[in-house]
Amino acid sequence: MDWFMIFKAFIVGGIICIIGQVLIDKTKLTPARILVTYVTLGAILGGLGWYKYLIDFAGCGATVPLTGFGNLLAKGAITEVESNGFIGAFTGGIKAAAGGIAAAIFFGYIASLVSKPKIKKQ
Amino acid sequence: MKKVGKQSYMLTNPINIASTASIVGPKEKEGPLHQFFDQCLEDEFWGEPSWEKAESKLVKETVNMAIAKSGIASSDIDFCFAGDLLNQCIASSFGLRETNIPFIGLFGACSTFVESMIVASSFIDGDFATNAICSASSHFCSAEKQFRFPLELGNQRPPSSQWTVTGAGSAILTKEGTGPYITSFTPGKIVDMGIKDANNMGAAMAGAAEDTLVSHFKDTGRKPSYYDAIFTGDLGHIGKDILIDLASSKGYNIRANYNDCGVLMFDKEKQDTHSGGSGCGCIATVFSGYVYQMLQEQKYKKVLMIATGALMNSTSSQQGESIPGIAHAISIEI
Repeated sequence: MDWFMIFKAFIVGGIICIIGQVLIDKTKLTPARILVTYVTLGAILGGLGWYKYLIDFAGCGATVPLTGFGNLLAKGAITEVESNGFIGAFTGGIKAAAGGIAAAIFFGYIASLVSKPKIKKQ
Repeated sequence: MKKVGKQSYMLTNPINIASTASIVGPKEKEGPLHQFFDQCLEDEFWGEPSWEKAESKLVKETVNMAIAKSGIASSDIDFCFAGDLLNQCIASSFGLRETNIPFIGLFGACSTFVESMIVASSFIDGDFATNAICSASSHFCSAEKQFRFPLELGNQRPPSSQWTVTGAGSAILTKEGTGPYITSFTPGKIVDMGIKDANNMGAAMAGAAEDTLVSHFKDTGRKPSYYDAIFTGDLGHIGKDILIDLASSKGYNIRANYNDCGVLMFDKEKQDTHSGGSGCGCIATVFSGYVYQMLQEQKYKKVLMIATGALMNSTSSQQGESIPGIAHAISIEI
């Protein structure tokens, strides 16, 4: 097991989350806007081909946060355009992220069958 | 009743508050005022399948409790004035649909409780009613769902945000009785401070509170020291400080005897409620529980209650509109 990789993932993923926390605490941005900003930012960095350097460095620390999802959308669209032409710009992103999206819907549905929403503690 | 000054009214025959009742949720039970409430719930569903139904049950049970305490037959009650925060005031209308008492739904956002007392007092003073119910409620979970985000999202609350009180308060007003009495009131004007942040309601409402407070003192010729205690509804920690500063800039020092129901409701440090409590149920339960008992025990003899409301809905905040505030004041003496 590559302990140094785990450490790097922790630091990079943690920093991405800290930025989000600071945005919640210090700005008037709503969580929904921060979420969209992260995805958009990830897509831009992914489209420019820069985000992959962060993934090479930190692995899951860069792919698990929302910026990773944005990167995946951009990467998928580019790959699909290369193989299928212009229509790939519309199909590629969702295709690349399909596994994650379908899993989120499926497990979300399963969870809703066995659990009930509760009040938050703070 | 006679009008004094620009917008205040003195009741020549003071209106009696025959009884009050309050039921709160589990978070309020952990707060510093828990011993003053008639009932504290163990969970926010209260055996119901939804939070909306639980809030309706809160309204129904507090109203029934207040009627029972007053000893007045419900057939002798002429009006029920009630409101809440849920779209089209369904907590009140669903909760009170079996009461068989003429119902007038009110909306003044979190100022609804005092608004209902002002309307009820006017009806009684004008001989249109002998006995009337005033009620207001809110529920943390149903309010979060409607005004902010679904609780399932589990998003974080910013430090300026307030915690909607889960609870309902009711009072029975009568023409005659042994007090405490409503002796005067000052309905407020809409004041817009241009605040657009739905997570900073206290700041949005502080201007309205200041306007009503200053109008009340000017109209009645009273000073802050006339009252043993002055309470605002739900300005929270941030709004409370803003109001103290605004009032002192107008020459009224309220620092000594002023507090906010949202500040009193929770222990800020232990309960992590950020800027304090809010919601229609905040002033309704703090008045019906704590303040009413203090008046009965004669620890307070003259109290000014200023309920504050933020007149927005979820569409207006999404469209970037500012949040107009309102505040209604009522003075209660023994």
